[in-house]
Amino acid sequence: MTHVDGNALAGTFVEILGIEITEAIGRCRHCGSVYGLARTRAFITAMGAVMRCKDCDAVLAVIVQNPRATVVNLSGLSYITVPRR
Amino acid sequence: MTNPTLVRWHVGRVIGRRYEADSAVRLELDVPTWPGNDAGSHLDLRLTAPDGYQASRSYSLASSGESTRVVLVVHEVPDGEVSPFLVHQLAEGDEVEIQGPLGRYFIWNPADPDRSPVQLIAGGSGVVPLFSMASAREGVEESADFRLLYSVRTPRDVLFADELGALSRTTVDIVHTRESPPRSVRPPGRLTRDGVAAFSFSASASPRTYICGPTAFVETIVEWLLELGHDPARIRTERFGGSN
Repeated sequence: MTHVDGNALAGTFVEILGIEITEAIGRCRHCGSVYGLARTRAFITAMGAVMRCKDCDAVLAVIVQNPRATVVNLSGLSYITVPRR
Repeated sequence: MTNPTLVRWHVGRVIGRRYEADSAVRLELDVPTWPGNDAGSHLDLRLTAPDGYQASRSYSLASSGESTRVVLVVHEVPDGEVSPFLVHQLAEGDEVEIQGPLGRYFIWNPADPDRSPVQLIAGGSGVVPLFSMASAREGVEESADFRLLYSVRTPRDVLFADELGALSRTTVDIVHTRESPPRSVRPPGRLTRDGVAAFSFSASASPRTYICGPTAFVETIVEWLLELGHDPARIRTERFGGSN
């Protein structure tokens, strides 16, 4: 399947974590690349969303939502930096 | 303009709808609690079925600024879960849930002191956020030079045809890929690297470039721009997946 930009996950992240990822910077735990999460690759299906590193394709984050709960796995990101306002 | 703390769910009422192209509808929503939005930003629109099942999709905003009137253009994705309903069934007076405004990356701010030229490159319905930027540019006297290069299948697929023709501060070039308008000098055909070079600011002008369209379109254009010597740090992209 084809991917879109991390941008497309902005609503999901705001709702679940309160973070506007389009202005956040993250570090890929796998290749060490540091860049804006808006530039990651997002794969979105009815089952959930997967965010992958644009440089090494490793999985950065997985979000699965069902009617009872949301499961968030951010284990592919060593950190996220969000500007303070 | 958009404060991240203001991102939340809103209820919008459809106050206008009309077909914008063969398979696209322009929706005008009245959203009393909308805080306004930057040009280029988007929102998530959520539909809830009677059994509680929910589906949400992201749509770019065609409108910007401090207004509670929000304009979207939705292109129908055949077999889609959300867009066919929005294009064909959603009626004036209906209410929808929207979350936003979203996006602080793929935006253009009219107050930006940077005066380097702005190049907008759209593939199909990727023109929506770029139209929003060109429209915002109309509202300010002194600012950057703007160009829009818009690749579209046929004249009937052109979104914002009237408004694009009326833009006075953006140079617009439309490239038809399948069918040209009558009396057009250019035969229909896909954009080429030479075409992009001819219809956009050169690398020496160090433009800021915004590209929005299907994933394959965006990746091809980026590759060409890099070959033409453009700085990757000045290119911003928004991919929306398949070719509609």
